[in-house]
Amino acid sequence: MRPASAGPDGRAGRRRRQSAAGSPGLPRWILLPAALGFLAVLLPLAAMAARVNWSEFLPLVTSPASLTALGLSLRTAAASTLLCVVLGTPAALVLARTRFPGQQLLRALVLLPLVLPPVVGGIALLYTFGRRGLLGQTLEVLGIQIAFSTTAVVLAQTFVAMPFLVVSLEGTLRTAGNRYEAVAATLGARPTTVLTRVTLPLILPGLASGAVLSFARALGEFGATLTFAGSLEGVTRTLPLEIYLQRETDPDAAVALSLVLVAVAAVVVAVSYRKTFTGALDAAAR
Amino acid sequence: MKLFRPVGSLLLGGTLAASLAACGSGTQNAAPASSASGAEDGTLTVFAAASLKQTFTELAKTFEQQHPGTKVALNFAGSSDLATQITEGAPADVFASADTKNMDKLAAASLVAGKPENFATNVLTIATPPDNPAGITSFADLAKPGVTVVVCAPQVPCGAAAQKVEAASGTTLKPASEESAVTDVLGKVVSGEADAGLVYVTDAKGAAGKVKEVPFPEAKDAVNTYPIAAVGTSAQKELGAEFIDLVTGEEGRKVLGAAGFGRP
Repeated sequence: MRPASAGPDGRAGRRRRQSAAGSPGLPRWILLPAALGFLAVLLPLAAMAARVNWSEFLPLVTSPASLTALGLSLRTAAASTLLCVVLGTPAALVLARTRFPGQQLLRALVLLPLVLPPVVGGIALLYTFGRRGLLGQTLEVLGIQIAFSTTAVVLAQTFVAMPFLVVSLEGTLRTAGNRYEAVAATLGARPTTVLTRVTLPLILPGLASGAVLSFARALGEFGATLTFAGSLEGVTRTLPLEIYLQRETDPDAAVALSLVLVAVAAVVVAVSYRKTFTGALDAAAR
Repeated sequence: MKLFRPVGSLLLGGTLAASLAACGSGTQNAAPASSASGAEDGTLTVFAAASLKQTFTELAKTFEQQHPGTKVALNFAGSSDLATQITEGAPADVFASADTKNMDKLAAASLVAGKPENFATNVLTIATPPDNPAGITSFADLAKPGVTVVVCAPQVPCGAAAQKVEAASGTTLKPASEESAVTDVLGKVVSGEADAGLVYVTDAKGAAGKVKEVPFPEAKDAVNTYPIAAVGTSAQKELGAEFIDLVTGEEGRKVLGAAGFGRP
C-alpha cells in the first residue's frame, strides 16, 4: 500500500518515523539462511516450470477437459468469494468492534481452517451437509441435495477461504481505528448509517485484497473438495482435481495445468500481497 | 491490539507444532533408509499398491521373523504414483503393482530386474451401505434412475475395469462422481453419500460391516492382475528375491487368499 493511501490514522507518518530512526542493519551471515529460505519456495516452482513440455503446452491446457475444469474453478471460486465477503465482513466487524465473553476463543475457532488439513475440513463438511450429516436430513426433506453437486464445491471452498477474509479484514478494521465512526455517531448518525457511510468505504481496499486472497485460496482448494464433493467433469472436478487425475496418465498435462494455476495464483498474490499483509501485521504488532 | 495477539501466537504455535511434527516423522523415515546402505542385514524397501496394505504388512512381519535383523520398510500408494517415484530415483528394492500397465512402465525405463511375476488377481464388486438403501441386486440396477453411483475415473485401473464391465454388460452408468482412487469410492459409500460404488472385492472385504457386498457375474470380464518384481537399481536383489518368493509362495497365497485376492 502506498503511504498516501495508508488511512487516516497517521500510519504513514508513523512508518516514516520508524525508518527515520534507521534500521541498524542486518548481520551478513543472515543472508545465507535467507537465501535458503527463498530457495525452499522458489526452487520447486522452477523445477516444475523446467519440466513443462512447451511445444505441447497450448494443446494441453486448452483441451476440453482442462477448459471445463478451469471454467468450473473460476465460477466456484467467484461464488465462494462472494459468500466469504457477504458472511465474512460482518464476522470481521463483530470481532474487531465488539467485546464479549469467549470472543478470543471464537476468533481462534473461526481461523482454524487456516491450519487444518483440508481433508479434515472435507470430513467435517460431510458430517454437516452430507446425506447422513447434521443438516443433511433437513435439506433432503426440502429437496436440496448437496452431495456431488457444484454447491458442495462452493461450500468446501468457502470453508477454507473464509478465514483469509476475516483475518485480513479484521486487521484492516483495527488499523483504521474507530475515530471517524465515533465522530459520525456524535453527529447523530445511526449505527447502520455509520457502517455504510463511514466504516465500509474506509475498509474497502482491505476488503478488496481480502477478497482476492480468498479467491486464490478457493481456486487452489483440493482436499476438502475431494473428500466432500467428489470428482465429476463439469460438476465438481475443479482444476486441482483435474491435475491430480491427469497425473495418473498424462504427467505432461498435469505439469502444464499446474503452471496455469501457479500463474493465476502469482497474479492474485502480487495484487493483494502488500495491502493485506502489511495491514494484518500492523494490527498484530500493536 | 491486544486481542489480536493470542490468535497470532496460536496460529504461529500451530504452524510450528505442525512443522516440528513433520520434521519428527521425517527423521523417523530417514533413519531406516540411511541404515539400509550401512548395516549388513539392513532394510528391504518394498513399494506396494495401496490395495496390498493389509496383506503385505502381514507378510512383511513374517519375513522379518524369518530373517532376524532384517527390517521391511513398506511404502503404500497408488501404483502409478509408486512407478513415478521409482522412475524419479526413490530407493525401492521390490515393486508390487496393482496392474501390469505400471509394471510395464517401469520395465520400459529399464528399472525391473528379471521378469515380473504375477501373484494375485482382483475383480470388481458392488459396495453399498449396510442397509442397501437403493435395493441394488445386480450390475444393471446401478443404471436405474435415482441411484447415486460412484466409480473410479477411467484414467485409474479400477475405473478402466469398470468401463470394461460396462462395455461387456451393455449397461451404461451415469456416475455422480469419478474418483481418482478406489479408497475414495469406498469412502463415499461408507459415509452413506453414495447408494453404491464399484470397488475391488478386497476393498469390500476389508470394510466388512461398514459396507454390504453385492457380487455380480459380469465382474469376471475385468480381472486385474498384480505383478511383483525386484527393482533394477536395488542393492539387495537376493533379499528382494526371497521376499518375492514369500509373496508368490504358499504363505503369500494363504494371506492373499484370505483377503479376497484370486489366484493368477
